[in-house]
Amino acid sequence: MKVAVSSKGKTLDSELDERFGRAACFILVDLNTMSYEGVENTQNLNAIQGAGIQAAKTVVDHGAGVVITGNCGPKAFAVLSQAGIHTITGVSGKVKDVIEQYKKGELSPTDGPNVKGHWM
Amino acid sequence: MIISVASGKGGTGKTTVATSLALSLGKDTQLADCDVEAPNVHLFVHPEFRNEEIITVPVPKVDESRCTGCGKCVEICRFNAIVNIADTIMTFPELCHGCGGCQAVCPAGAIEEGERIIGVIQHGLCNGMDFLHGRLRIGEAMAPPLIRQVRSRINPDKTAVIDAPPGTSCPVIAAIKDTDFVVLVAEPTPFGLNDLELAIETVKILKIPAGLIINRSDIGDMGVADYAARENIPVLMEIPYDRNIAEAYCRGEPLVEAFPQWRRRFVRLCEDIDELVAEIAL
Repeated sequence: MKVAVSSKGKTLDSELDERFGRAACFILVDLNTMSYEGVENTQNLNAIQGAGIQAAKTVVDHGAGVVITGNCGPKAFAVLSQAGIHTITGVSGKVKDVIEQYKKGELSPTDGPNVKGHWM
Repeated sequence: MIISVASGKGGTGKTTVATSLALSLGKDTQLADCDVEAPNVHLFVHPEFRNEEIITVPVPKVDESRCTGCGKCVEICRFNAIVNIADTIMTFPELCHGCGGCQAVCPAGAIEEGERIIGVIQHGLCNGMDFLHGRLRIGEAMAPPLIRQVRSRINPDKTAVIDAPPGTSCPVIAAIKDTDFVVLVAEPTPFGLNDLELAIETVKILKIPAGLIINRSDIGDMGVADYAARENIPVLMEIPYDRNIAEAYCRGEPLVEAFPQWRRRFVRLCEDIDELVAEIAL
């Protein structure tokens, strides 16, 4: 299974980016092989609106089953839920440490967005 | 003829000018408050409201049974209001600008037109003058579609005065575009000059003839007057910084009604604008 972590850089040593929609990158880690891929989020970073929606689509399209981030708003959460993705919010630290925490079962999915949307 | 009253900076005196200008044009005039996010003209002209229209914008309604999941609607939407996830289409009506693009490109005819309420237009009368304004729904982010709807209610056979929102962004463009003349109101301070320059650049792009009213003209510096001279913008009127004017404003009294001597000056302003518009037409 793949886990997507919102990240400030493209390696496992990068810090988790607490913003989901406007994160710099997503690191997709395959938990079976521990191989990873860094996906840039530049286009959504500069979106006039709906960044969370498009960021959610990006991680869905990359086959993630779990998203680990700092803050996730209602629209992104709705898209992730629709795709059956579990979302974990309120996390910080280096991506590799976050992955370790997840593997040990220390992080549990949230049942709703943890921040409000930016428009309404 | 449509005369719009705009400014770069907020709080420079647009409403003071727009109300007194409309009241000086005579009974066959319409006054339209297009500052739909914070309309306040009614506080000065005290219209008797006659009717109210609910205004909507079209938003996509997807018939999932006909959707083939091709994603063309998602591609065309630059506002991220529609997205395909796990074989379903999700829409976010609050992000939709109502362009109709998704409906136009859908090869399966799966997108119908729904609607989202963006606000109301209220119509009234004040001493025989037609008054109308838009009020944006609280929480609604998009003013231009409502402003365009207010504009569409203006009778082209009459003279109209539009009170525009402040700034130089989309709502202002929607309020002043294709008007016959724009009166820019500025105060003679460095801040006022900075925003006046932005406003002048905007009206140049829109190719609208403009004149300037300098409000609180005896404060600040000569920057605004010098700039107007350099740019060939006629200074149509100067209104001094006067406590009596401010007090009348606070009581909700239009300048020309609180001080009859100002009515003559505003009648003259109407004539000057008429002449300028006629010159440009030649």
